[in-house]
Amino acid sequence: MTSHDTTRAPGRREELEEEPTDAPAYEVASRYELHVNGAARTVEEAWLGESLLYVLRERLGLSGAKNACEQGECGSCSVLLDDVVVCACCVLAVDAVGSHVETVEGLTRRGVAADIQTALLDAGGVQCGFCTPGFVVAVYDLLRRRPDAGDLEVREALSGNLCRCTGYGRILEAVRAVQEERSRAGV
Amino acid sequence: MGEVERGADVRVALPTTVDEAVDAMATTPEAQYLAGGTDFCVEVSFGLRRPPAVVCLRRVAELRRAEVTPTEVVIGAGTTYADMGTGALADALPALAAAARTVGSPQIRNAGTIGGNVATASPAGDTLPLLRALDARVKVRGPGTEREMGIDELVTGVKRTALEPQELVVNVRVPRLDGPQQFLKVGTRNAMVIAIASAAVVLDLEARRVRAAFGSVGPVPIRPLEAEDELSDAIDWGRLSASEAAVSRFGELAARACSPITDHRSTAAYRRRAVEVIAARGLRRCLRDVA
Repeated sequence: MTSHDTTRAPGRREELEEEPTDAPAYEVASRYELHVNGAARTVEEAWLGESLLYVLRERLGLSGAKNACEQGECGSCSVLLDDVVVCACCVLAVDAVGSHVETVEGLTRRGVAADIQTALLDAGGVQCGFCTPGFVVAVYDLLRRRPDAGDLEVREALSGNLCRCTGYGRILEAVRAVQEERSRAGV
Repeated sequence: MGEVERGADVRVALPTTVDEAVDAMATTPEAQYLAGGTDFCVEVSFGLRRPPAVVCLRRVAELRRAEVTPTEVVIGAGTTYADMGTGALADALPALAAAARTVGSPQIRNAGTIGGNVATASPAGDTLPLLRALDARVKVRGPGTEREMGIDELVTGVKRTALEPQELVVNVRVPRLDGPQQFLKVGTRNAMVIAIASAAVVLDLEARRVRAAFGSVGPVPIRPLEAEDELSDAIDWGRLSASEAAVSRFGELAARACSPITDHRSTAAYRRRAVEVIAARGLRRCLRDVA
């Protein structure tokens, strides 16, 4: 008999278990706290039906995650929730209490996506730019899990991010460039 | 994105155990359970759903446990499509893994859950055909109650279930059968697509029985019992082979068992034809030889 815990979020999860945040066990008030990009952020006067995307953009001033379809189809609002890439429009903001949220701003501040951002620019993978933050998050997530991902795997990993300008060729080219550069640098 | 239209106040519970979740529901009977959010949050954002209270299930670790035994797989309701698509679960139920990998995008597969798929009971729910083909059982908890029912008893119509308003899907038990299994799905593209028609085909080598079910071609997953009976007799189980005629006949009978409709995604005629093709193709992939 084998048993396995399917809760993902490698690494981060143990930290969470060791240091439980002060997540209210039961009822959440209209004032609550989220952990975003490594910092505690207070959300005030919120309606508890708001999505994480709404709260990030309209209450916390983080406009990196974009609102396009608001139904989980375009990937423009991709964020990391406890290290797992999700659409922020499909997360109830209060359901993120006690979790770590990382947005494209957080990746940028940590400098961990700089080569992805530069490669997208160099390859012409940024045209109107609206989808770019979502792609940066998705590419970051893919390459840290699967640095040597092949073409099909890259396409599958980015299949939830829509771009209406580039036709994707230049975005895929940027991903390959990052892979080559990281492999050359031994990252 | 402007000001979101605020509904009435929402009360939110963040339980960490099934008991706490059920208790929270008991204190607020009009509350709704929230699992992966891929339907729920969209409906709230579009003003289509205004729950006065929400019981969030993401923290309930016991709902995310899955267990593979020699005879069955017990899948916690909070198990995501991503979880089902790889690892021990995928090894035990390859057709369920294949179905899970066709759902939405990576972002959606990281959030959406099997419990949500079952409780939402969409005709296009991608895990439902395989669950129906294998006669999966669903355990549900209500305030002070616990019961188990077959997936066919639970899913009663288009987005309709036999669940009481306060009942929570706890897990899904799927028998492990010795034999090949396949899942096929027809849509307009490979990614981010809702099924126009889907098929699960399973060979039970021990019982010498074909099992199948189809999605998006009726209000509930369709089990083609006549086709299963006829083909089970037509297969040479020792060689795992069947005649070309028997395989085609399986497709015909499968298509006849369905009751598809015409909607914005496809026509009834196309869906029926699609079932004929994917039923036979799924079977072909399960067999060693078709002559």
